[in-house]
Amino acid sequence: MINYLVRRVLYAIPILIGVNLLTFLLFFIVNSPDDMARMQLGQKRVSDEAVLKWKQERGYDKPRIFNAGAQGAGKLTDTIFFEKSVPLFWFDFGHAEDGRDIAHEIRSRMLPSLAIALPVFIVGLLSYITFALLMVFFRATYIDFAGVLLCVFAMSVSGLFYIIGGQYLISKLWNLVPISGYAGGLNAWRFLLLPVIIGIIGGMGSSARWYRTIFLEEISRDYVRTARAKGLSEWRVLFRHVVHNAMIPILTGAVVAIPLLFLGSLITESFFAIPGLGSYTIDAINNQDFAIVRAMVFLGSVLYIVGLILTDISYTMADPRIRLR
Amino acid sequence: MNLVFKPVILTTDALIFLLIAVVAASAWYISRHPHLVAPWRKVAHNRGGMIACVILLAFVSVGLLDSVHFRPRLTGDAASGKLNYAVDVMSLFDVIAAPLRTRQEKTYSAPLATHLFSKETVELPDGTEARVFPRLTYGGAHLKDPEREWSRDIINRVVAGVAIAALIWNVLLLCMTLWLAHRTARGIRETWIAVWSGETEVPWREMLVTNGVLLLVFVPMIVLSAKYHVLGTDKVGQDVFYLALKSIRTGLVIGTLTTLVMLPFALLLGILAGYLRGWVDDAIQYLYTTLQSIPGVLLIAASVLILQGVIDRHEDWFQTASERADARLFLLCMILGVTSWTGLCRLLRGESLKLRELDYIQAAHAFGVPDFRIITRHILPNVMHIVLIAIVMDFSGLILAEAVLSYVGVGVDPTMNSFGTMINAARLEMARDPMVWWSLASAFAFMLLLVLSANLFADAVRDAFDPRVRGRLALPNFLSKYLPALRSR
Repeated sequence: MINYLVRRVLYAIPILIGVNLLTFLLFFIVNSPDDMARMQLGQKRVSDEAVLKWKQERGYDKPRIFNAGAQGAGKLTDTIFFEKSVPLFWFDFGHAEDGRDIAHEIRSRMLPSLAIALPVFIVGLLSYITFALLMVFFRATYIDFAGVLLCVFAMSVSGLFYIIGGQYLISKLWNLVPISGYAGGLNAWRFLLLPVIIGIIGGMGSSARWYRTIFLEEISRDYVRTARAKGLSEWRVLFRHVVHNAMIPILTGAVVAIPLLFLGSLITESFFAIPGLGSYTIDAINNQDFAIVRAMVFLGSVLYIVGLILTDISYTMADPRIRLR
Repeated sequence: MNLVFKPVILTTDALIFLLIAVVAASAWYISRHPHLVAPWRKVAHNRGGMIACVILLAFVSVGLLDSVHFRPRLTGDAASGKLNYAVDVMSLFDVIAAPLRTRQEKTYSAPLATHLFSKETVELPDGTEARVFPRLTYGGAHLKDPEREWSRDIINRVVAGVAIAALIWNVLLLCMTLWLAHRTARGIRETWIAVWSGETEVPWREMLVTNGVLLLVFVPMIVLSAKYHVLGTDKVGQDVFYLALKSIRTGLVIGTLTTLVMLPFALLLGILAGYLRGWVDDAIQYLYTTLQSIPGVLLIAASVLILQGVIDRHEDWFQTASERADARLFLLCMILGVTSWTGLCRLLRGESLKLRELDYIQAAHAFGVPDFRIITRHILPNVMHIVLIAIVMDFSGLILAEAVLSYVGVGVDPTMNSFGTMINAARLEMARDPMVWWSLASAFAFMLLLVLSANLFADAVRDAFDPRVRGRLALPNFLSKYLPALRSR
């Protein structure tokens, strides 16, 4: 197990280097620091001095990959690549356009993001599985058919409409919770309730239908017949035996998402004005703040890789026959 | 040449025509091979799939009409050789829908309204000023006394529309029955009975009913839109019905071209990795793992931002604003394609790994058939069903992704009509009281119809080609909730 983990972490290094190179390519080669300066300072008629000053303030005035003018190791270290891209590896994200420390912002915005994403994830997972099992329980009846139809319908509605519709119905028409905003501490639940509910409903269609397929495949197995032959109730068969055996595909889809919960949900957060990482990213995109986008891209891929490793570990817990070597 | 217009082929148009050519060629090829026809026959027997197909075809025909672009001539004559063409690129659809396009009101107006949505100060004939809802310039302008005549006029027009729809539908029905009778060499009466009792293998009855419903809804709408704004007008007074119809092309382009763009990468790399193994496999796996590890929407956002910068810096590349908007649409397709090819690539790799160990490929090896020929003759045809399923299943996800990306600000050009830009503009009006609901409702209805039928059709295709592939293709996208553009993975 330990060996396996060490190997997986080592495998992650070349991937992260690749991600780093890719972001460098996108942000500094395709789009040169000069272009970046012009974008930030306003498109037209920017004097060369202003561009130079902008670049100096942010340390973008150095050669990109190789500094022929520097001494010794400075040839490689005194460059944009070394100063801006390499520090990402130890989570030194640098400063945003407004001068704030990105790492600090990320730390403080993680909590609101999690406050939405975690309940959506846990309650969502449980309710999708329950819904799917209900459809399986009533399989080949009109109830099952109606359930599938509902899922396909729900899948076909853009997530934006769930948010807009929910805000209109619950907040504006019925005045139950505030439309948007956020408060720290225990008061937060009033602001979190609506986004969480919408998040759960929004993911219903595709997930429930997918779980239904997995469970349907399971119930034709021998162990199910044995369980029924023992005289167990259909409920017990479904909610214990089938769920346990379908754990592997469920985990495959679910666990990888857990670390990414930190990144929050872009759309939900910005619609509900919740100061999480999702809305942070959207604002950065709208302000063309490349430093933040770069940091989020890197952070996202780190978390994705963590998710993959977690998935493998969770397999061994769900199924003792699986050993990681 | 004395043309009254100058044809313009935008990048996406060219690709659409290419796509049609590819589809036509493969249809011709498939029709000559009975074993390839078999799964398609299964699709044709699927009731939900065929209903969806009828609706999709209606959407596609609007999209295609909207893909034939040209610039009308303004002045000049052939003799002097100096012809001036309008800066606005128009499409065939724009010409057909000219009344909708040109009759622009001042600002918001409700569906079928005769008056503007907001009050304005107008000078009355006696010199005093008053705050009233002014009459619309075009919507219901033919009515002298809207309050009395309005409902009667609407009813008359709807009845006329229904009558026309019924007429078209009956002609269609007649043609269908005659054609079917001719094809099956049965009597017209028998064919009629077979169709309406649902005994035919292809669900003609359901398709005809779907067609009838579509005609019943849209023909009266078209008749009404001759004098009214059926779905109201938006902030700058543009007809919402027109905007919604224009958005169809954008959605279709994103849904189809993205896959077209990514297909060569995924096919080539996936098959090579699985077939050649060794260091090629390692390199390709590294490539797609790296791309896959970046959250899709972030990679898309970063790429769109940066390429938009490139477009902005080279305004001289494009002659007209639509060409620029189209370039951005094309880039969006490219970026979506590049970020979403990884899933298909992985599947194809797995499948070719499996295939290369099978007896018939081993035999081909033993006979000394070169690798290239083995890949093109033996592996490629046997992975095509996966490719096809991936294409149809990605389609709806991509249309949904477009709306979200446009909301984030990294979607299509803001001047381009799309469901995303429609929702985005309408969203801001939610706070108004009374609410401006029609833009949002139209975008919702059109999108739902398009995506729902795409989903149903995809299900039919998947069931016919490989009922078991679903589990492998579409993971339960938990991520899709958090990062919606990932849905297409």
